[in-house]
Amino acid sequence: MSAKFEPIIGRYMQLELSGRAHRVYVEEAGEGTPLLCLHTAGADGRQYRSLMNDPRVTRNHRVIAFDMPWHGKSSPPQGWHDEEYQLTSTQYTAMILAVMDALDLDKPIVIGCSIGGRIALHLALEHPERFRAIIGLQAGAHVDPYYDLNFLHRPDVHGGEVAAAIVSGLVGPDAPDSERWETLWHYMQSGPGVFKGDLYFYKIDGDIRARVAEIDTRRCPLFLLSGEYDYSCTPAETLAVAGSIAGSEATIMKGLGHFPMSENPGEFAKHLLPVLEKIGGR
Amino acid sequence: MIEMLKERVNGDAGLVRRGHYLTTTFLLEIGKTAWLIAIHEGRIVAVTKGPFVMPSWSFALRTSDEEWDRFCKLRPPPGSNDLMALIKRRVLKAEGELQIFMANLRYFKEALGKLRREGAAA
Repeated sequence: MSAKFEPIIGRYMQLELSGRAHRVYVEEAGEGTPLLCLHTAGADGRQYRSLMNDPRVTRNHRVIAFDMPWHGKSSPPQGWHDEEYQLTSTQYTAMILAVMDALDLDKPIVIGCSIGGRIALHLALEHPERFRAIIGLQAGAHVDPYYDLNFLHRPDVHGGEVAAAIVSGLVGPDAPDSERWETLWHYMQSGPGVFKGDLYFYKIDGDIRARVAEIDTRRCPLFLLSGEYDYSCTPAETLAVAGSIAGSEATIMKGLGHFPMSENPGEFAKHLLPVLEKIGGR
Repeated sequence: MIEMLKERVNGDAGLVRRGHYLTTTFLLEIGKTAWLIAIHEGRIVAVTKGPFVMPSWSFALRTSDEEWDRFCKLRPPPGSNDLMALIKRRVLKAEGELQIFMANLRYFKEALGKLRREGAAA
């Protein structure tokens, strides 16, 4: 056989979430400390493809990424066709814990970007004992809506085209073209209304400003990494979160944008590897 | 400078192809100067500099000289690198029939990005 396979294995997991049967697509690579990866709004686990292909990470981490229901290869639950998808903090938290329980993950490191970074802050606040460490990428406590979200889901605007066009400027200027357009392709593939439904959590339900200072990093270390060119969660917003949480560590990544692990994996690794090393040495 | 939009957009076959279903006239206002930009099936057919007595347009984009100058840099600073970044900072105002703008957002970002020296996407 001459096929060149990547070391990533993907499987479908049957999982009950919020009392309903789901079919959740999970990918993993590597062995060692579990590293659970949470993708951004309107995208899927492919954003972590490079992490799973990086032997510097996989030689001592079991890297796991699942597509949230409605995303990527995880279908929505039965009955979806009559529902409006809206992600809430409660559902999102329960989903992550259910995936961890199903996979028997013992104190994983969790890394989440954007909405994943926001829920990482919720996890740090509410479930610190479940995690070895928490890494928030592009994690802010709140983002005010800056465009009419209804444009994301209406029949006279192509949902995939508009989602990718809205986020295209969030990719940093140094991103290699192949990774930039791979990142945007995921957005173009998103199902109708899914990006909008995720943003319900990001811009409305998931506001954690009032409680973020209560995060106790003695219970679980918190690392925040944010790209310089992200205007959705700006470096200033990340630094504000870091400033209000004693013991948290923040890094602003020069030249990177809102999707560091997907848009520019080579540059991102330079920031992530020292953090993983620090967590491993604890 | 805005006038060169016509040649640069029309010279990009991919952009014109993606704009095939786009026919409109929009207003671009930078500081005290405005232009009406007329597009027919993805090709720019006219860029007309104001002042205007009774301009007709589907939507308008309005910003300041300073913000536009930063936007047009070859490597714009964070917050100035994209139309949506300007909108987020409330320094670019989009108004009018924005369905046309949003349904063709990639087109408008790439077209206006042509005003950068090397025409990088906006």
